[in-house]
Amino acid sequence: MSKSKKNKLRGLLLGAGFVAIAAFIFTGCPSQQGMMDRGDAAQKVYVAPGDHDEYYGFFSGGYSGQLSVWGLPSARFLKVIPVFSQDPETGYGYSEETKPLLQTSYGFIPWDDSHHPHISQTDGDADGRWIFINGNNTPRIARIDLQTFETKEILELPNTGGNHASSFVTSNTEYVIGATRFSIPYEMDLDVPIDSYSDEFRGALSFIEVDPESGRMEMDFQILVPPYNYDLGRAGKGQSSDWVFFTTYNTEEAHTMLEINASRNDKDYIAAVNWKRAAELVREGRGTTMDAYYYHNYYEGNQGIAINDVKDQVTVLTPEDGQDFIYFLPTPKSPHGVDIDPTGEYIVAGGKLATVIPVHSFSRMLEAIENRDFDGNVENIPILNYDTTIAGEVQDPGLGPLHTEFDSRGYAYTSVYISSEIVKWSLDTFEVVDRIDAYYSIGHLMITGGDTKNPDDLYLVGLTKTAKDRYLPTGPKQNHPAQLYDISGDRMELLLDFPTIGEPHYAQAIRADKISGNVAQIYEIEDNDHPYAIDRINQNRVERDGDVVRVYMGSTRSHFRPDNIEGIKVGDTVYFHLTNLEQEWDVVHGIAIKGANNSEILVAPGQTKTMKWEPKRTGIYPFYCTAFCSALHQEMQGYVRVSAADSDVELTWKTGTN
Amino acid sequence: MKYLITIVAFMLMLLTIQACGNGEQSERSDASDTANGNELTDFELEHGFGPVTERLDIDEEIDMDKVAKGRNIYEMKCEMCHNMGSRMVGPPLGAITETRSPEFIMNFILNPSENVRKHPIGQALLREYMTEMPYQNVKEDEARAIVEYLRHYAETEL
Ligand code: HEC
Ligand SMILES: [Cu+2]
Repeated sequence: MSKSKKNKLRGLLLGAGFVAIAAFIFTGCPSQQGMMDRGDAAQKVYVAPGDHDEYYGFFSGGYSGQLSVWGLPSARFLKVIPVFSQDPETGYGYSEETKPLLQTSYGFIPWDDSHHPHISQTDGDADGRWIFINGNNTPRIARIDLQTFETKEILELPNTGGNHASSFVTSNTEYVIGATRFSIPYEMDLDVPIDSYSDEFRGALSFIEVDPESGRMEMDFQILVPPYNYDLGRAGKGQSSDWVFFTTYNTEEAHTMLEINASRNDKDYIAAVNWKRAAELVREGRGTTMDAYYYHNYYEGNQGIAINDVKDQVTVLTPEDGQDFIYFLPTPKSPHGVDIDPTGEYIVAGGKLATVIPVHSFSRMLEAIENRDFDGNVENIPILNYDTTIAGEVQDPGLGPLHTEFDSRGYAYTSVYISSEIVKWSLDTFEVVDRIDAYYSIGHLMITGGDTKNPDDLYLVGLTKTAKDRYLPTGPKQNHPAQLYDISGDRMELLLDFPTIGEPHYAQAIRADKISGNVAQIYEIEDNDHPYAIDRINQNRVERDGDVVRVYMGSTRSHFRPDNIEGIKVGDTVYFHLTNLEQEWDVVHGIAIKGANNSEILVAPGQTKTMKWEPKRTGIYPFYCTAFCSALHQEMQGYVRVSAADSDVELTWKTGTN
Repeated sequence: MKYLITIVAFMLMLLTIQACGNGEQSERSDASDTANGNELTDFELEHGFGPVTERLDIDEEIDMDKVAKGRNIYEMKCEMCHNMGSRMVGPPLGAITETRSPEFIMNFILNPSENVRKHPIGQALLREYMTEMPYQNVKEDEARAIVEYLRHYAETEL
């Protein structure tokens, strides 16, 4: 080494040493410095292995059609509940039991776009019994049971286009609401020119009654409204709990290039509906019965095969002069969200093209109605005056305010799409007090315990539309992010940023103890009312009826009974009715057979599920358990012999003797 | 001199790195299980772990109502894993009442996982059968009825 090089090296080492010392003296340990900030955040979301999260978070799957479940604040992914889309992982939508759930008046539909989950409520508070979620494309509402975390019911909405303003519940889950986002001719299947829009098209607001015991939904009535786009909805709280609110846009009644044509009016409306009064009118016989065609799919017992209850009528209420159940509140400008504060007094709109956040007052609205302070009407719906109902306008909320949720301390949090941020503002002064970035382009947000009269003040989750550089890159399309913020202090603080499943639009979070204690660990064999169940292993058998063969099969770790079946023929339709006779939590068996044009099915302990198989070629077909159920799981298999259609191989089955 | 400074600077640098190394020792819980049978009470040794903690007063005479009830539950929740006369997923149970006490059988039914983990008989069985017997959601009176059914079987079929 030359001398000059040595000197340089020494100089470098010297320099490095001094920098290290200086850094140490002035800032402490370099690695721990960063951790002071981040460690704080990390600690707040840390849930030790084996411990449980404080909240269940339910995130809609958007274009996945499903609902995903997360533990918060750790953002542990818990499961996907299949709702509107087939799910080969569980066999949902593939098994004979669940296929009827996806049946509609348009036939079997393996997909939908699920947007807004809403947990059932008692007295204005989330009760954790069921969660509802809307299907946007082929308008439907699903009910998921939160004992089993399974979809138990799906109701199609008649004469509706795009059920987006859904599935929000009223304070005691009296009703779940739905609405038409795309107005269409109300009359069933009407074939008219598109430019007859203003004459022939109508909107429909749906009121679905929920049975307080079973949760079973029933389409009670629809309200016929002008042909606007009904975008989002919410039920009132406390003083306003007899009311529901919907935003409208496209009061221009455009049917093409809405981007321009539906953005002309300075104000559109919030529709305020007194559902109690509307329901009374219906009870008094003021509705009319119209033809309709829609499916209502549900289970009759606690297990079994879902049934299709096909409906051909719906009750319609058309606003008449002086009926006093629906009003329009002028609201700037193409509003998207409409959100009600925990007291039920403030009706907050997210005018996506507006420069302010308008806040209506419920009590002023009532007063104006009382005083008949109207500015005309549309189709017998009185229009209120903006100046009389407005309580305040939040200035400088950023560009494109969409949705608002509330804490219990009088603050509102609004997601702002274009400027990609969350603004916190006071319900007292209507002034912005804090703002924080969202990554990137935030849609909905939610507060733990929220949309109830008792929200918690701990966390806020922002659901954003693009991830870009936030995570390791995974191709031209990245999964949608969610961000968890701490809102317990004066300033919002970002804690966590995590990718989700599908496109979560809205989400809800509920204190875990409202659900966890009621979650079923097994289906009890004694209560299995499935028509093809066996309740003891000695009932296993195979029956033929023409070319339909039913295999009544039982499973326990680590075998199926029967596991050798002969006498199946090409052209047969074979149903494997597999009853999992296990009674231990989380011991699941599955079944798959070579060549089946179907997914596997997974069967929870005590459950019966059916896989349909139509063998097309002769031969020997192995089947096996798809779940790693025990040490001898690899031994959990069997054979089916398939013979030619005209063969005379006798139908036999056996287990256990080689 | 320059060398000296370099060396001192270097040592200080090392020191800072040392000081910043993680001082915390991850906590290790001593998961000492009671694997040896020594810690078992005499009762547990003979009658297993579970909700049955005293000898039961069982009549010599078989109670046929209990037998019918026990048989129903046995067929529903046990028969898929047990034969009476030969090995299956679990051991044969036809003569089990002759080798085990009613209390042991009940405790095994009501609390299998603790018995296969902590009881020498259970541990040996698990090693032999390599599948852990599950709790089959059987209530205590149902377990008692199963015992009656197994007693009846041993008396009449063996
Ligand atoms: C999934 C299979 C399975 C089911 C179901 C099952 N057992 Fe067992 N059983 C076993 C296995 C395996 C063992 C051996 C211990 C072990 O490995 O866990 C066992 C052991 C036992 C023993 C102890 C035998 C001895 O030698 O001491 C008794 C008693 C028993 N079972 C009774 C029952 C009864 C009664 C039921 C129904 C309520 C039942 N078992 C259900 C698998 C099963
Ligand atoms: Cu298995």
